[in-house]
Amino acid sequence: MKNSIADRVVYFLSGYPPFNMLNEKSLHKIAAQVQIIYLEKGDAVFEKGDAYHNDFYIVRDGAIYLYHTNENDKNIIGINDTGDIFGLRALITKENYKLSAVANEESIVYAIPIEVFESVTNNIVKINKYLITSFASNAYDPYTAEEYNEIFVDYIPNKSSDIANFQTAHFTTKPITCKPSKTLQYAANKMCKHDISCIIVVDENKHPIGIISNNDIKNKIATGLYPITTKVSNIMSAPVITDKENITVANAQLKMIQHSVSHICITKDGTPNSKLTGILTHHDILVTQGNNPSVILKDVRRAKRTRYLRIARLKANTLLKSYLEQNIPLTHILKVISSINDAVTERAIYLSIKKMKTPPPVAFSWISIGSQGRQEQLLFTDQDNALIFEDVPKHNYNTVKTYFIELSKHVTKTLNIIGFEYCKADMMASNPEWCKSISEWKTQFSNWILNPDEKSILLSSIFFDYNHIYGDKTLVDRLTDNIFETVGDSSRFYSILANDAMKSPPPLGFFKQFLVEQNGEHKDLFNIKSRALMPLIDAARVLVLSKKIKNVNSTYQRFEKLAELEENNKELFLSCSYAFKALLKFKTKQGILHENSGKFIELSTLTKEEQLKLKRCFKPIKEIQESLKLRFNTSNSIL
Amino acid sequence: MIPKWLNKKKKEVPEFWNTYLEYFKNTHKTPISSTKFIAFDTETTGFDIDRDRVLSIGAVTLKNNRIAVNSNFEVYINQEIFKPETVKIHGLLKKGNLKKISELEAIESFLDYIKNNVLIAHHARFDFNMINSMLLRNGLGELKNEFIDTAVLFKKSKHIIYQDNLKNYSLDELAKELNVPVVDRHTANGDALITAIVFLKTLSRLKTKNQNLEWDYLLKT
Repeated sequence: MKNSIADRVVYFLSGYPPFNMLNEKSLHKIAAQVQIIYLEKGDAVFEKGDAYHNDFYIVRDGAIYLYHTNENDKNIIGINDTGDIFGLRALITKENYKLSAVANEESIVYAIPIEVFESVTNNIVKINKYLITSFASNAYDPYTAEEYNEIFVDYIPNKSSDIANFQTAHFTTKPITCKPSKTLQYAANKMCKHDISCIIVVDENKHPIGIISNNDIKNKIATGLYPITTKVSNIMSAPVITDKENITVANAQLKMIQHSVSHICITKDGTPNSKLTGILTHHDILVTQGNNPSVILKDVRRAKRTRYLRIARLKANTLLKSYLEQNIPLTHILKVISSINDAVTERAIYLSIKKMKTPPPVAFSWISIGSQGRQEQLLFTDQDNALIFEDVPKHNYNTVKTYFIELSKHVTKTLNIIGFEYCKADMMASNPEWCKSISEWKTQFSNWILNPDEKSILLSSIFFDYNHIYGDKTLVDRLTDNIFETVGDSSRFYSILANDAMKSPPPLGFFKQFLVEQNGEHKDLFNIKSRALMPLIDAARVLVLSKKIKNVNSTYQRFEKLAELEENNKELFLSCSYAFKALLKFKTKQGILHENSGKFIELSTLTKEEQLKLKRCFKPIKEIQESLKLRFNTSNSIL
Repeated sequence: MIPKWLNKKKKEVPEFWNTYLEYFKNTHKTPISSTKFIAFDTETTGFDIDRDRVLSIGAVTLKNNRIAVNSNFEVYINQEIFKPETVKIHGLLKKGNLKKISELEAIESFLDYIKNNVLIAHHARFDFNMINSMLLRNGLGELKNEFIDTAVLFKKSKHIIYQDNLKNYSLDELAKELNVPVVDRHTANGDALITAIVFLKTLSRLKTKNQNLEWDYLLKT
C-alpha cells in the first residue's frame, strides 16, 4: 500500500547522517516504523534514570537539550537541532539513560526503533563507524568522552559552536598553597590575604594532595565539627582532581561535572604525582565560554548567517550568567545585554534586506517596543516590534507596504531562529497592523490618546515604549514630536494611564503577606512581573509622558531623570529606580535558574533574607501609586 | 435515540456498519491528554456535496502527542465522476497506477479505522459532509463521531485583540503561522498529518492560555 507519510519521512532522513548512507529501500523499512512525537517546551523525551526505550531519536524541528542533572544542579550537555540524533547510547549499552532529553522549544522528533534500524544497517561498517564517532566527538557528553580516540579524528563533524570548547582553558598559574601540617586558621588567613576562594594543600615535593575551599570552611569549621586550630589535612577535600596544562575548556567542564568539583589542579604530567603548576576554576571556564561583550558584538556585526547570530546571542547568555554571579551592577548588565540585543536585531534586519530582491523602496525605521523598547530585555523573551515607513503616493502604497511586510517576515523569522520567540499577541512588524506609514502611525497614536478605551490602553502601554533600531531615525523623532503635541495637556489621557498603572495593588497584603496567584497554572506563585515590575514600569511611563521627557526609555533611567527634575520627590524616585533594578535582577536570576522568563516565583524556595529583600522593594511601589493618585486625580477619571 | 433510518428501512445493512455502531454503545470521556484522536482529510473532485466524489481518504492516529507512521490510513477510491480540472490540485488520475478500491470497501476500512474516536479535520464540516454523502449513497447512516475543527480551534487560540480580524484561515496559512513544515500538501494523507500537527500545536497554545481545558470547549464549533 502507498504510504505518503513514510515517503516524507524517507525524504527527511535521507538528508542526514547516518541515514544518507542507506539506500531507499532500507530507509523505507525504517520510515514505516517511525513514530512522530510532538513536544511542548519542557516536555521530556526521556529522563535520567529511565529504563532505555526501544527507539532512538532524531530531531525533525525545534531543539532538544540534553541535561545532566543531580539533586540541585542541571547542566546542559548538548543541544540537538534538526537532523541531530540522540538517545542511542543507552540502547547500545543497554543501560538506563544517564542524561535527560528535554524540549527547549516546541519540537517534533522522530522515534526510530533500534530493531528495525539494526536489521537494515547490520554489517555496514561505514555506519557503525559513524555512530561510534558521533559519540566520541560529542565532547559535551562526559559519559562518552572517555571513548574519544584519535583514530576517529577524520570523522569528527565540525560544529562551530564547539570551537570555544576546544580552546585550551586559561587557568591561574602560581596558585596559593599551604602545607598539610599547618592549622586551618593559618590557611584561612592566607586565603583572606590573597582574596581567593580556595587554597591547595601540597606536600614537600609540591605535589597537590588536597584542597580547601570556602565551602569546606563553612561546612566543617563554622558548624563546629572541627576547631579552628585543626590541621588542614583533617578537613581538606582529597584526593584532588588533576589534569595537564593543555586541558581544553570542554574537557575541563566534563571533568568537573564527572567528579562534581569546581576546581581542577593543573600539574606537570597531569597526575597528582607531579608538581602543581596551576589551578583552574569553574569561573575560569564561564569566562572563556562567555567571551566578553566586545568579542560578542564583533561576532554579531560580522555574522553572515543566522546561525552565527544565534551562537553569538547564546554566548551573551553565558556572559549574563557570569555577570550575575560576579554581582556586576545591573545598570551595566542592562547596557551590555541590550546593546547586544540591538546589534543582533540590527544584523538580522541587514541580512533580511539582502534576502529581498530589491533595496527598500523608501526610508523606514524598525522600532522595538515593550521590554526591548525599554532596553530591559535580559533573557530571551518574546519579540515585540513595529515598522514605520515614509509616506508614499497612494498608488504606490500597496506595493510599498507589501515589501515591508515581506521584509518583516524575514526579520521576525530570523529573530525566532536566534531564540526570540514570536510575540504571542502578534505585536510584530510582520503583522499589517503594526507595519504602517508615518501618517498612519500618527493617526494611530492620536486615536489611542484621544479616544482611550481598555484595548487602546493595553496597546499603548506597549507602544509608548519604543526604541529606534534600524533605518531612518528621523521618522521616529517625527512620530515622537507628534505624540507629545497630541497629548498636550490632555489630563484625561494621563489620568486613564495613571489609573491603569494602579491596576495591580501593591504586592503585600494586609498582614504583610505576599499576594500570590489565586488560581490557574501558577496558583500560589508570586508573579513578580505583574505585581512588582509592571506597576513601576507603568508609573514611570505616565510620569515621563506628562513631563514631556523624550528619549529616555528604560524604567530606571526614567526615574533617575524624574529625580533630577523634581527635587522634592527625589528620594521617592530614586528608591523606585533602585527597587526596579533589584526586582529585575531578581527576576533574571530566577529565569536563569528555571530556564523560563522568571516571572513566577515560588516563595518557599526563597531564603528569609531574599524574602525580606523582596519586601523592601515593595515600599516604593505603594508610595509611587499614592503619588500618582494625587498627581493625576485618578479618582475622577471614568473608564 | 435510534436513528430514523433504522426504523424506516428494515433493509439489510452490512455487518461492518453494525460493528461500527456497537462502538458507540458505551463511550466515556478520557482525559484530553491521553485520548486517541484521528486526524483525517479527503481529496475530492470538487466542493459540491451531492455531485462531487471522494477520491482519497487519508488519516493518522495521534495519542499522547505521538503519531505512528505505520498506523496511518490511506485509500484511493474508484469513482465514475471525474473532473480533469481538479487533477492539478490532488494529482490523482482517473486510472493511474495507484491501487484503487470501491466506495463501499473504502467506507468499511475507514469506519474500522476510526471506530468511535474523536475526529479532527480542517474545515471539518466539509470532509464530514463528503463522507456522509458517501455513506448515504451506500445505504448507510451518517458518521457518529464527535469532531474538532482545527480552523475553529485555531481562532480560539488567537489573542483577543486579533480575534475579530481573522480571515477564514486555510490550512496553508495556519501551517505557516504555526511553523508546520508543509510537504505533501494535497495528498489526503499528507494533509491529515499537517492537520494533526496543527491540532497539537494549537492545543498547546490553548493550554498556555487556559490551564484547565475542557472537552466542551474543544468540541464547541
